This record gives sequence, C-alpha cells and structure tokens, in this order.
Amino acid sequence: MTDAATAAEKPRSQWADVWAQFRSHRGAMIGMGFFVFICLLVIFGPMLWDIPPNKIDIRAKNQGPSLAHPFGTDQLGRDTFAQVLAGGRVSLLVGVTAMALSLFLGTLVGVLAGYFKRLDSPLMRLTDLFLALPILPLLLVIIMLFRDPLRAAFGPEKGIFILVVFVIGITSWMHTARIVRGDVLSLKEQEFVLAARSIGTPPHRMILRHILPNVLSPIMVSATLGIATAIITESAISFLGLGFPSDFPTWGRLLSDSTNFMTLNPERVIWPGLAISLTVLSVNYIGDGLRDALDPRIRGR
Amino acid sequence: MFDLTTKARTLIRVRGLKMYFPIHAGIFRRHVGDVKAVDDVSFDIYEGETLGLVGESGCGKSTCGRAILRLYDITAGSIQIDGQEIGDLPQAKLRSLRPAMQMVFQDPQASLNPRLTVEGIIGEPLLEHTSMSRAERKARVHELMDAVGLNRSFSDRYPHEFSGGQRQRIGIARALALNPKFIVCDEPIAALDVSIQAQVVNLLEDLQKKFGLTYLFISHDLSMVRHIADRVAVMYLGKVVELAPEEALYSDPLHPYTRALLSAVPEPDPDLTIEDRIILKGDVPSPANPPAGCNFCTRCPAVMDICKREDPEFREVLPGRFVACHRYNEPDENENETAA
Repeated sequence: MTDAATAAEKPRSQWADVWAQFRSHRGAMIGMGFFVFICLLVIFGPMLWDIPPNKIDIRAKNQGPSLAHPFGTDQLGRDTFAQVLAGGRVSLLVGVTAMALSLFLGTLVGVLAGYFKRLDSPLMRLTDLFLALPILPLLLVIIMLFRDPLRAAFGPEKGIFILVVFVIGITSWMHTARIVRGDVLSLKEQEFVLAARSIGTPPHRMILRHILPNVLSPIMVSATLGIATAIITESAISFLGLGFPSDFPTWGRLLSDSTNFMTLNPERVIWPGLAISLTVLSVNYIGDGLRDALDPRIRGR
Repeated sequence: MFDLTTKARTLIRVRGLKMYFPIHAGIFRRHVGDVKAVDDVSFDIYEGETLGLVGESGCGKSTCGRAILRLYDITAGSIQIDGQEIGDLPQAKLRSLRPAMQMVFQDPQASLNPRLTVEGIIGEPLLEHTSMSRAERKARVHELMDAVGLNRSFSDRYPHEFSGGQRQRIGIARALALNPKFIVCDEPIAALDVSIQAQVVNLLEDLQKKFGLTYLFISHDLSMVRHIADRVAVMYLGKVVELAPEEALYSDPLHPYTRALLSAVPEPDPDLTIEDRIILKGDVPSPANPPAGCNFCTRCPAVMDICKREDPEFREVLPGRFVACHRYNEPDENENETAA
C-alpha cells in the first residue's frame, strides 16, 4: 500500500466523525444554536426578568410593547414576556418528554410487529384501534378519570404534567409504529440480517445491532415532528380547560387565551406562536442534521 | 485438489430435504398450497471437496444452500454435519453448531450492515461465539483481513467505502472468522465484474487449501463451476437431476436437462458454431404446481410415456454418477434411447 494509506492508519473515532458531519450541516448548527438559546432563555430567563408571570397589574392592561413590558401585557396586566418565558419551560418539557414517550412506544411496537411475525397482526390491529379512536373524547375521559388521583398523588402541577405527557404519548405513537414496522419488514429481508442469523445472533442482539441503527432515520424524523405535535396538542388540551390550571402559563395556553384579543393586540398571539414555530423548526433542522450525521453512507460525502 | 480415488469422509449428508413455502390465500389466509422450492433432495459432500450446485434462476439452488445451514425451518428431511443431525434441531440449539458452518452471500452490498465498520462486521461472529477481549478480537480481525487480502488499515471503514470485490472479501473474512469446516458460497461471484470474479474464486481456492474447507458452491455460471468444483450437482425445479464428478459431467452429461444446460454455454470462438445446440421449448413450470411424473417431462426433448406418470428415482447409474431419469432405468433400453 502507498504511504498515504499507512499515514491514514491512525484510528478514527466514530463520534468525532459524527460531530464533524453534524457541524458541516449549516441548518442543523443554526437550529441547534437557536434551540440551545431558547432552552437557556426559558431556564435562566425567569431569574433575570424578575416580573412574576402571574403578577396582576390591572392598570397596565392590554398594553403594547414598551421598555417596561417588551412583549406587552394581557387583559389583566400580566407581563407577556414573563409569561412566554415561564410557559416555555412547561411547553418544552412537555414536548420533549411526550415525544420521548411516544417514540419509545412507537419504536417498540413497530420493531416487535415487524420482526416477530406472530406479533405483527395483533400489534398492528392495536395500532389501527388507537388510530381509529376519537382522540378528543378519549382525552376527556382519561383526564376526567385520572386528574384528581394524580393531583392528589403528585401535587396539582406535577400531576397534570404527568397526565398531559402520558395522554399525548399514548395517542401519538401510532404513526411512528407504522413507519418503523414497514422499515423493519424490508430490513428483515436484507442479506445482512440473514448473515447475522447464519452466525447465530439471537433476536434481541439482532434488533439492537442490525435493525435499530438502520431504522434510525424514520425514527429521527418522527421525533422532530413529534415535539411539534406534542406542543400543539398540549395547547389544545389547555384550550379545552383540561390541561394545566388557568393561572399556569404554557405557550399553548397563552395562544388560546389571546385569541379573543387578536384584533386588539395581535402581538399577544404572535409571540407565543413564534416561539412554538421557531422551536419546532429548529428541532426539525437538528433532527435532519443528526440523521445525516448518523448515516455512514452520507457522512464524509 | 480433491482426489476421488481416496475414499473421503462424508462431512455433509443430506437426505430427502424438502423446503416448501406455504401459500396463503383468501380473507382467512387459508393454506392453499406450497411452493416446492426444494423437493426431496439427497446428496453427500465429502470433507475437503467443492460441490458445485448449478441450475437456472428459481430452481431452488439458494434455498437449498440456506436450508442446509438451517436458515429456514425445513419441511422434511435429514441434514447431518459431521455425523450430527441438525435437520430437526430448534434454532436455539443450533446456535452452538453455527461456527462449523458459514455462508458467503451473493450480494456483497446487501450482505454487510451499512452501519457497522469492517471491524464490527468481521468481529460479529467472534463477539457472538468467543469470549475474546476487545484487543484479541481486533487482532483476529486483522489476521482475517490479511488472509483475504484486505489492508489492515481499512478496519475502521464502512462497507460503502469499498469496491464490490473488496466487499466480497469482507464477507469471506466474516465467514472464516470462526474456523468453519463447511462454507456455503451462494453465488459469491454473480454480482462481481468478470476480472474480480477470477480474483475471488482464486481466493476461495487458496483459502480452501490453507484451511481445509469444504464448499457448497452455488452458481449459474457453468464455466466457473467447472473451474472450482470437484463434483457438480444440477438442479431443476427443486430437484437434483444429476450429480457427477466435474470431468464426467462436462464431458458426458447423462440427464437431458444437463445436456441442454451445457449446450447453452457460450462459445467464445465465432468460427466455431455449436451445431447440435439443444434449445428447450416452453417455460419452467411453477414450483407451486409441478407436473406429474418427472419435473422435466414438459420440456424434455427425449420424453417417454413413463416420464409423465412416474417420478424417476435419483440413483447411482455409474460409479459416482447419480441421475434421476427413466432413460437409465434398464440398461438395454438405455442403449436404444441414446442411439435415437
């Protein structure tokens, strides 16, 4: 071999490669920068911006942007900026946690259904059943049944948080499951899976080593879209008055509270809406970059 | 190479192997029939030899190879490797026997996981069956890469960074990792360039000499099989129709199908045209609905009445030569038929 080949002999770290590829994806880097910025803002912002989100100052109601209230105030004179910051905490946490839960359920069901022929039919019928369930009445029933016991057990905010995450998680895993099942079915017929079988790789390691890494891209895409759906579903639940208590701001609740005042103070809708859209957009770009970075065929191209 | 005069030990003994794939139809997915991919196949493979398995597309060659390795749960029959019956073992118990039998696949692109490095791919059998440390595994992977002619420094690369021939070498290194006795080569050269085909076949031959391997070499390339195989089995529609030492089969094919198959080999010299090229009429019948009697009776140029009624027995007509054809039933009748 030539000198160049021997010179390149120093081992390459796989994660260094992944990071290098991720950094070359401009959209992903901007998205990640923005997402980190939003996260830092909602975590540390309330400490710096010392107006409490629930402080009612009725004389300053329905104000436009000013130095004292950069995002304006609502109909009770509460500071919108403080509310957006506080709401972001809850919305992001709900979005990420619910997405993780739905992704876990969807991937589990999808892989099991795709890999084990015997489980395929029952699991996919279960998926169809969940898809066919009317979500809104289901939410109402679940929340009616479990809100009070959970509140009693974990306190009003934490109880509702668990309930909302659970409800969103178990009503949004179906599409992931279907996509993953389809991919697993086609992967299972690939020769490298047969090769692993001829080696005697047991099913659980087969799934972890050969199947899951190869279904990563559809999972990534579902994940990024899942955060968006979760934030929006949370706002729908809050809008119906079933989610967090009314004095507890989330981006979705801010949006729905402001709809009545849209003609008067359009910026009250714009700010939380912008926060939701930009977060979702940045997460989508991060997912896009991650998917490319984790695929060795695209990496280094 | 392999010497037929010495009585070699039988490594693989296949008897009455059947692999049917069920067909389900209707709303209730009722079982309405079977695709008889491999239908009652029997043969032996001797230690250290290469048995070529040839036949046209869809005749069940690959399925036969995979069934012998028990990558499928076979429908019926017995498979013995080194005296150990594996035909009816459950998959969990087969695991400990897997190191002795390995496979090289047809498509070097599809048979390597795109998300694993070369080291991960070749090291997987070691990870599954040995308790080597990471460093020992790496050393063994490098050793294997040397054996198949790959640069050691490529061990951190991914399959897509290699050419077809190099990928096939990775597949061969993986098959060799556990020091197997028996390797099924499932058309290992079909997806490669002609120039690379020779390299890979020579590599397989070198490795056979070096490690004393036994091959089942599945291919549709008759000239390549002639080059590498000691004995050749010809399959048609799920059955082995003829099995003979390579030289005898190519110089004097007995079964009408083998004759037709051999006469279809292209002749490189344009001045030499093959006068008596046998051209088969019609199509291969569906393996889901094979004809009554001999499977080849619908296309056989020398078909007789008995062929449409009775399935010919696969038996030894000359020493070391097996054929499934009614024309070799009675010696006197045989004389008449070949004259005709």
